[in-house]
Amino acid sequence: MPKSGPSSVEFSAVTKRYGTVTAVDAVSFTIEPGTLVTLLGPSGCGKTTTLRLIAGLEIASEGTISIGGRDVTRLSAADRSVSMVFQSYALFPHMSVLDNVAYGPTVSGRRKADARAMAHEKLDLLGLKGFEGRMPSELSGGQQQRVAVARALVLEPEVLLFDEPLSNLDAKLRRRVREDIRELQQRLNLTVGYVTHDQQEALAVSDRIIVMSNARIAQSGPPRELYEAPANPFVADFIGDANLLDAELLSVEGARAQVRFGPVVLDLPHRGAGTGGIKLSIRPEAFLLSATRPNRPCIAGTIAKAAYLGAHMEYSVTTEGGELFVVDRDVMRPIAVGSTVWIDLADHGVTVVPV
Amino acid sequence: MPCSSAGAARFARRLAERNRTGGARAIKRNVAICLAAGWLGYAVLPWYGVGRDGILALAWLATYPDAASAPALVQALAHGRAWLLPIGLALALPLATLTLPREHPAFGRLLVAGGALGLIFAAIAGFGIINSGPRWGWVAAMFGDARQPGFGVGAVITVGALVMLFANGIAARGNFRGDAFIAGSLTVIVALIAMFVAFPVAGVLLSAVQDADGNFTIQRFVERILADNVWGLGCIAGGTSCGVAWNTIFLGILAAVFSTALGLAFALIATRTTFRWKKGLRVLTILPIITPPFVISLALIILFGRTGIVTGWLGVLFDIPRSRWLYGLPGVLIAQVLSFTPVAFMVLIGVVEGISPSLEEASQTLGAKAAKTFRTVTWPLMRPGIASALLLGFVESLADFGNPLVLGGNYEVLSTQIYFAIVGAAYDPGRAAMLAVVLLFFTLGAFWVQNRWLGETSYVTVTGKGDAGLTAALPRGVRWLCYATALPWAVFTLTIYGIILVGGFVHDMGRGDMTFTWRHYLTAFQVEQTGHGLFFSGSAWQSFFTTIQVSAIAAPLTAAIGLLTAWLLARQRFAGRRAFEFATMMSFAIPGTVIGVAYIVAFNVPPIEITGTGMILVICFVFRNMPVGTRAGLAALAQIDKSLDEASLTLGGRSATTLFRVVLPLLRPAIVATLVFSFVHAMTAVSAIIFLVSARYNMATAYIGSRVEAGEYALAIAYSSVLIVVMLLSILLIQFAVGQRKLGRRAPAVSLGTA
Ligand SMILES: Nc1ncnc2c1ncn2[C@@H]1O[C@H](COP(=O)(O)OP(=O)(O)O)[C@@H](O)[C@H]1O
Ligand SMILES: [Mg+2]
Repeated sequence: MPKSGPSSVEFSAVTKRYGTVTAVDAVSFTIEPGTLVTLLGPSGCGKTTTLRLIAGLEIASEGTISIGGRDVTRLSAADRSVSMVFQSYALFPHMSVLDNVAYGPTVSGRRKADARAMAHEKLDLLGLKGFEGRMPSELSGGQQQRVAVARALVLEPEVLLFDEPLSNLDAKLRRRVREDIRELQQRLNLTVGYVTHDQQEALAVSDRIIVMSNARIAQSGPPRELYEAPANPFVADFIGDANLLDAELLSVEGARAQVRFGPVVLDLPHRGAGTGGIKLSIRPEAFLLSATRPNRPCIAGTIAKAAYLGAHMEYSVTTEGGELFVVDRDVMRPIAVGSTVWIDLADHGVTVVPV
Repeated sequence: MPCSSAGAARFARRLAERNRTGGARAIKRNVAICLAAGWLGYAVLPWYGVGRDGILALAWLATYPDAASAPALVQALAHGRAWLLPIGLALALPLATLTLPREHPAFGRLLVAGGALGLIFAAIAGFGIINSGPRWGWVAAMFGDARQPGFGVGAVITVGALVMLFANGIAARGNFRGDAFIAGSLTVIVALIAMFVAFPVAGVLLSAVQDADGNFTIQRFVERILADNVWGLGCIAGGTSCGVAWNTIFLGILAAVFSTALGLAFALIATRTTFRWKKGLRVLTILPIITPPFVISLALIILFGRTGIVTGWLGVLFDIPRSRWLYGLPGVLIAQVLSFTPVAFMVLIGVVEGISPSLEEASQTLGAKAAKTFRTVTWPLMRPGIASALLLGFVESLADFGNPLVLGGNYEVLSTQIYFAIVGAAYDPGRAAMLAVVLLFFTLGAFWVQNRWLGETSYVTVTGKGDAGLTAALPRGVRWLCYATALPWAVFTLTIYGIILVGGFVHDMGRGDMTFTWRHYLTAFQVEQTGHGLFFSGSAWQSFFTTIQVSAIAAPLTAAIGLLTAWLLARQRFAGRRAFEFATMMSFAIPGTVIGVAYIVAFNVPPIEITGTGMILVICFVFRNMPVGTRAGLAALAQIDKSLDEASLTLGGRSATTLFRVVLPLLRPAIVATLVFSFVHAMTAVSAIIFLVSARYNMATAYIGSRVEAGEYALAIAYSSVLIVVMLLSILLIQFAVGQRKLGRRAPAVSLGTA
């Protein structure tokens, strides 16, 4: 739908410094045309700054940024064909919904009637027919956000950016809005950059996820790859609350290795690790609890805490190898605090983490 | 050329981007316009001022282009003023850019070089030769005994164009993200502040160390500044009076202490008691804004002067003899405390209200009694606010001119001494400058102390969150103390304003003649119907019209410059931002008397020879009140989410578009506040403009001052009452004209910052 089709975004070794603070440190990545890529990471890791660098609201201290193959490093926001949906929506409070959406075409010199026609088209697309005359303050949070999206789409930008778009919505609405955004992106074949600190949200909407930590990229890849094969302890911990545990790599055979974790010996892909001490990432749902001792070697532990969360139980289990965070689907038969349990490992959700 | 190949590659790349960058076209267009204006000013319009009637009278056309009315080019070639030639050469440099694409490295360089050189040459040409001859030896060596009048239209336009060429040049070189609007506004504001704040103030500092012939004599300055009448301590030893510097400080401290104490009492009553008329107290806060100078002093004289009403009663009732006790420290102090208490009240009511009730509730739930809570929680939290009210009172007392002038008697303070050194019989600009330096340092010292002492602690408890909870009631002792100090004072204030209200309508209140009359209003504001229409024969009309005109011209200019500055400070990042902020705030810290002296010293000679014009009044007001606009703008911008600006930018709105379409509509309250303040302030200011008025451009306050000196108190009071009414009306009018922000019920995007 964009005039020239969706464009790619390329960062090569981009650095942004504010005085002595390095907010983005030699970051390189590519957003393929027509894909939705999420920047994920804890607060302060540089996601927003990266997004603003794409938009041209910040100018890179070093490195080059290109959009659609064109070097835009020094171009200001007004000269880039990039739109942004702000965290606070940033709707102009003194303009009606229609004037907000028509703002882009109006200031870029379109005739008033044309600008309004373009605005109406996008408002219809977002299901906002009938709201044109309202002021932003007369809309609900979800409606305000759709106006913000319509306003960002009206110039048919090469790239559309979202900065934590769900953070101002109530929990119920979040799921629907994120589905709407994904659906819109796929229907219009848009290139989208999306910032969030919520790993679930990232897993749900993205084609690719870029995990950031301390101004650098910790790992990037499709959601499944990040979840199942975290490249480092940070990613393993940040996505899916994995348990990071000490284990020993006994021997390597082809792509696989024998790994001993407590009394249990596992056969896993070695992912480049050599023999000796390693870290294992074990997802909370990969622990299988049983109240009776199975006739296989397994880990013994004591339930330290238990919490009922409706769909599942969360346990904290004390073992010799340390405190484990365990999720158990069996809510019908909760295990009492203080009981001894036997822990087996599922054949998924256990990964060797290169350190 | 080693860098040429890299330069060429960069050039080629930029060329490829060229049609996508809208900024490029804008800069090229700007440059063409600036060049056209620059050459119009240099080669066509009269370079020098063409006499009192001004350029629009067109009388100069009759003799054009003679030595008076010729443009700079003709002056240089035909009238022997060769020092104007380099400006033209500098102006020729940027002509080359017309053939260059904007991306070419030489484009920006030529503009910067041409603009900067042109400005330097213009400054040398302007300042080097004044109407009495060359100012510096080397200029005399080059051009002999040359003379020239002050700059006129041509020079102003050319200099403006040079500034804009320079600004476009630095933008074209990639500064300010290539945004010519930002570069231009910043350069213009810096240039204006340099011209109308820094230059005159520097001039005062300089003339304090110069003798009458312009030679530097530190010795003379030291002599002057150490003179007995400045620092003498005779009053302590007894016998003679103290030096003017000590007097000023002493008065300042007393005025600050009393007005802060009273202000605090009022603030506590208004916020922490169930006093029945406490809403009415808030009306107090508007009084200092709309009270013209002199009137409080006049009312005091009418009450307590030698023939005053109260003096009369006291004489009859208690046989207290009539005396002149009012003239001197007591009178000035009472007048200043009357004037400044509302200001202290305004500061302190904000502080007291800002104390979060939950802190006091916390103390009470922990078992503290009312008195203990007040002493351990409320009072410490108020302390920074009290400190700032004290400093404000002190600084205001230093700057006050009207009250000491009327009531000072033999008690000499700096502001009036500066005035008398300029207008008095003993004309001594060197002494005025020296006293101005002393006053300036006192004031800056007070601001420095405030900064060091208070830092940012004053408003820490204003969290921006909706604090629920009830404020603690005052302990009984404190409450009665507040009532006992504040209420008599409130009655006194009411009496004073009552006198102002009545004084214009009776024959001679000062002598107890209370028969009703329109006489004073007729003298001042008579309008006669003649054969040629209305004739404004009243004696006040001339200054009244000038005041309205000057205020009406100055107010929008002040708002424009002040708010533009605020926007640059709040929304743009650039090197030297802090210095820029300091410079824009500086003129506020400088006492009006100092500015007045500075202006006549600086603008009495070419190149900017504007004393005696209406323009100097407008300029004076604009740069004195601009910091108010900046402060109001900064406060308002802090409440407007920055992402609104950014949303506009990502939608293709350039900085100017963003400013006009998004920011300004949201700044309406700040615009109103600035317009009101600068309009009203222009009607009540006296300390600076008393030096700058002329027979032709007299201002209301200066006229009132002259009536006071002539002893026509009733006339002065009548005129002041009219001013008060006009100010109240104009406040309403401006509020109505600019209107309210249209935001609907809720304003989600206008909030404090983002996460
Ligand atoms: N304008 C700025 N000036 C100084 N430091 C900044 C500025 N903007 C961001 N930073 C710093 O850069 C880092 C990254 O910020 P940001 O990109 O906003 O993080 P995130 O969006 O991931 O929470 C933080 O340490 C932040 O303090
Ligand atoms: Mg962020």
